Amino acid sequence: MTEPSVTDTEIERLPFDVVVIGAGGSGLRAAIEARQAGKRTAIISKSLFGKAHTVMAEGGCAAAMGNVNPNDNWMVHFRDTMRGGKFLNNWRMAELHAKEAPDRVYELEAWGAVFDRTKEGKISQRNFGGHEYPRLAHVGDRTGLEMIRTLQQKVVAMQQQDAIDLGDPEAMIKVYAETTITRLIKDGERVAGAFGYVRQTGRFVVFDAPAVVLATGGIGKTFKVTSNSWEYTGDGHALALLAGAKLLNMEFVQFHPTHMVWPLSVRGLLVTESVRGDGGVLRNSQGERFMFNYVPDVFRDKYAETEEEADRWYSDPDHNRRPPELLPRDEVARANNAEVKAGRGSPHGGVFLDIASRLPAEEILRRLPSMYHQFKELADVDITKEPMEVGPAQHYVMGGVEVDPDTGESCVPGLFAAGEVSGGMHGSNRLGGNSLSDLLVFGRRAGLGAAEYVARIGAKRPTPSEGEIAAARAEALAPFERTVGENPYTVHSQVQETMFSLVGIIRTEAEIKQALAELAKLRERAAVVRAEGGPAYNPGWHLALDLRNIMLIAECVAQAALERRESRGGHTREDCPGMNPQWRKVNLMLSLDGDKVALTRQPMLPMRPDLLGLFERSELKKYYTEEELPPAGEEKV
Amino acid sequence: MGNKVKLRVWRGDAGKGDLVDYEVESNEGEVVLDVLHRLQATQAGDLAVRWNCKAGKCGSCSMEINGRPRLGCMTRMSLFEPDETITVTPMRTFPVIRDLVTDVSFNFEKARQIPSFTPDPSIGLGEFRMQQVDVQRSQEFRKCIECFLCQNVCHVIRDHEENMPAYAGPRFLMRIAELEMHPADTADRREIAQDDFGLGMCNITKCCTEVCPENIHITDNALIPLKERVVSRKYDPLVWLGDKITRRVHQDTQKVPGKSSGHGAARSDSRAKPGRGRHQR
Amino acid sequence: MTQVTDAPARSRAQIAAKTLRKDQWWRQPAVNATFLGIAVIYLTWASLVNNHYYAAPLISPLYSPCLATTCTAHAGFSWIPWVAGLTPAILIIWGPMGFRFTCYYYRKAYYRAFWQSPGACAVREPHAKYTGETRFPLILQNAHRYFFYVAIIFNLILTADAVFAFRNAGGGWGHMSLGTIVLIVNAGLLWLYSLSCHACRHVTGGRLKHFSKHPLRYKAWTFVSRLNAQHMQLAWISLGFVCFTDLYIRLVSAGVFHNPQFF
Repeated sequence: MTEPSVTDTEIERLPFDVVVIGAGGSGLRAAIEARQAGKRTAIISKSLFGKAHTVMAEGGCAAAMGNVNPNDNWMVHFRDTMRGGKFLNNWRMAELHAKEAPDRVYELEAWGAVFDRTKEGKISQRNFGGHEYPRLAHVGDRTGLEMIRTLQQKVVAMQQQDAIDLGDPEAMIKVYAETTITRLIKDGERVAGAFGYVRQTGRFVVFDAPAVVLATGGIGKTFKVTSNSWEYTGDGHALALLAGAKLLNMEFVQFHPTHMVWPLSVRGLLVTESVRGDGGVLRNSQGERFMFNYVPDVFRDKYAETEEEADRWYSDPDHNRRPPELLPRDEVARANNAEVKAGRGSPHGGVFLDIASRLPAEEILRRLPSMYHQFKELADVDITKEPMEVGPAQHYVMGGVEVDPDTGESCVPGLFAAGEVSGGMHGSNRLGGNSLSDLLVFGRRAGLGAAEYVARIGAKRPTPSEGEIAAARAEALAPFERTVGENPYTVHSQVQETMFSLVGIIRTEAEIKQALAELAKLRERAAVVRAEGGPAYNPGWHLALDLRNIMLIAECVAQAALERRESRGGHTREDCPGMNPQWRKVNLMLSLDGDKVALTRQPMLPMRPDLLGLFERSELKKYYTEEELPPAGEEKV
Repeated sequence: MGNKVKLRVWRGDAGKGDLVDYEVESNEGEVVLDVLHRLQATQAGDLAVRWNCKAGKCGSCSMEINGRPRLGCMTRMSLFEPDETITVTPMRTFPVIRDLVTDVSFNFEKARQIPSFTPDPSIGLGEFRMQQVDVQRSQEFRKCIECFLCQNVCHVIRDHEENMPAYAGPRFLMRIAELEMHPADTADRREIAQDDFGLGMCNITKCCTEVCPENIHITDNALIPLKERVVSRKYDPLVWLGDKITRRVHQDTQKVPGKSSGHGAARSDSRAKPGRGRHQR
Repeated sequence: MTQVTDAPARSRAQIAAKTLRKDQWWRQPAVNATFLGIAVIYLTWASLVNNHYYAAPLISPLYSPCLATTCTAHAGFSWIPWVAGLTPAILIIWGPMGFRFTCYYYRKAYYRAFWQSPGACAVREPHAKYTGETRFPLILQNAHRYFFYVAIIFNLILTADAVFAFRNAGGGWGHMSLGTIVLIVNAGLLWLYSLSCHACRHVTGGRLKHFSKHPLRYKAWTFVSRLNAQHMQLAWISLGFVCFTDLYIRLVSAGVFHNPQFF
């Protein structure tokens, strides 16, 4: 094997108008929009084109189209989203999301997506946790794949048009697959480009661009048991921090309630919420449908109290209340966790999810083909005959880059973010199905925002700082230059272990403090990890570089978790149980001060009165302090 | 609980390399990718292997295990005898980048030559009405996770590299079938399926179907139905006679051009515009 | 498309072995070659031998319709004058043979078993060049649909033969023998094989873009699709049974065996 010397690699410069980092749902949607606005756009993907984590999304894409239940509309969707997020959501984002999601779904259809249909030939919609009506556009249980493929094919269609019109398919939009960005490069305050390496060769590239859209997804690889893929190392979160942007709500990490727990190899593999949406129920080792015992007061009047009522709901949703299995994810995850802790768990430390006794086998195969496949192939479990064993795993991060809701721009000029890497939209807990719609709505808005920003600055384009480029290059090469140093895999697995056991589903002050102490030690070790081999397709080197991001994000999550002394959504403090209306008014902001993570509190912007008016006063009372509420008797506008 | 397994992994780049023997720990219920990761974490930090979801949903970890094209994440270790040496090699059909990672750009090039979904432009946003029975055939093909194992196993290009320019491979012939069966598509790709994408090279020996991790019936539901459609367009004497008598002109959609060296739409425009009407039977 | 900036020229991983498969991948093609070989040899012999194909009222499927003037009395139509070498079987066998030869399943079977193209998946084939079905003669495989129509005609004739088998040797109706059952099963299997074929699937409904506008054809297509999943099994069973039917009549006709009469 020949190993080219690392140091003589030159840096290739690639000029663009808009650079989108990430090729999942939000990245591709942003790139499509930027290209449609006439901007020369690059899509940078850490993996191959079309492999992004969006493919893992199963259940569907929430959009109040009202195809199945005509009572649905954006206001109902908005209310569900705010409730799910325990009113900590950025209400403007929730509003835009609820209003625009239907058109974004219809757009996909026009680009070739083949959703499941209703009898009238419209896009079918399914039930999901926290959604009042059937709302999720879906394709069996592989909706994410359909979405990514459609967006991918839309990009290709645009390239085809460019091939015809301009003679070069890549004249206006180009995909850089298997390319990782390690630093954003600035010109003074403004973003001026991005520095990274091409995985296949190990060569360095700088994308010169006045606008960068972060669409890098989440932070799953900070935790040991996660449904996220290797890509989810919090790159965008860290890049934004390092470039001077702010993160918010990082304490809110979603632990999805149902993942496979056995065999160990597949621990954390997602079991879609559609299983419950289609009738699946959770039972403990005593066969009890335990979710009835876990309906919190704020949701008491919306969920069934008896199994009979819950079962009637599937056929007659207008006259019965929903089964408690369809509570928002945080509630179900905590319930599963509590049952296991109380000794009523399944043999491998989960609970039972039963669809076999609820639906005929053919129906299960038709509605949940990939679940059937997954259990059959990987666990020898036939879900049409026996219950699944499931348990919670890290699934999503609600927190992320603070952005302007309308344009996706962060506080750093030229830096935009969309999708999971941006924060605020989902408050303290995301509803299932709201992620795919989030990607589309805010992907488009960020792409448009970036294009408008580029148009606005006109000829006053930034020039990437050569000093920063040189520093980024040195940083990237450092793991090769150490002759001693640790294996990055070991450090990584210890960070994951620490975060999962100490800053996981249930948190306490003492444990978080312990985690912070351990993270401080691990950070020192991570700074000196060493990569063996050469620069071409070297996963050890890649992980060594990703570790910086993982460490940074772990610290952000832990610090914010320590600060928020209440339990809300994806943040449960055993030592501070219950929601506190005072904390509802506060966002925790994280930024970088030198190389230290700094935390500040920022008050929430009060909700616009017309939006506030969409809720009953009695409901708002559960979340708001008395002085924030509209005067009694005026709540119905 | 962990036991040692014997692994023989192809290591190398630019075509040159060797099978290297390793002994790695393996636990109950693991898949080949788990063992490769443990190898990476403990003995060969720079072992190149592509992977993403580890759930059989993204199609990244395509490789050949004991000579069979498979996804590393869906191949359970229990498939093998405890003392068996498991040979892991990169996909043979594609150029190797390093170790188990291959350059699959061939597939992305082919994807870009197939005229995209071409709906009737008069249909507005949200106005599509399609019945479930009409979309179900296309939906089966859209289960494809683009692992490219079918492309890799297809002997047309696996054993005859020289056929690569003229043959799109099962995955992309299936893509053509998907679009041809899409109830709202108006283009006609039958002629180019045969002439530009090499459908005639397929001799339906079904290896694509055999290796498909999504269990898509590629041959029976996509390739053969597409061949039958091509027969109607190109090899049906009655249709041919009918064409002659009625002087019908087929509105065949043309293959999308690649990068042209000269200026813009130098290649005749009519050849290049996708979806100009379609041949009505 | 995906792109890598100035990637170095690359080639495939050089692995000399023809395959790294460890299973008995050669078994299936070997089995297929054996049985196909036996069937072809038997059928060729049986169609050339030009005797013992009729044992009133039973006629071998290989010789029906019997069109030559030399046909055994009562066996056929005597339309076509005798030409040396052309047995009554050879005159007609191109129909069913062509149907089977161009059948999508048989193509797979013999390309794999005889032509080793490929012998098994991921096993390197021995040929230096490959053009598939793009040139003469293999481009003629596209005629499968027409052979399907021809096969339907043959099926009708063989069904009629089965009906005629409800006679006794003297031509009186209302009788039945074991041979009647053999002919009925043979015709039934041939129908199943033909109707399960991919060309049939295409013409019944596969060619439609909108199933919802043709509910009856959609039903037919669904039925054919279900049969189609068993096409391979039906191909083998029906082939075997054709040979058996010919052999049965041959043995009865030669007096080796008495056709048991039920009534």
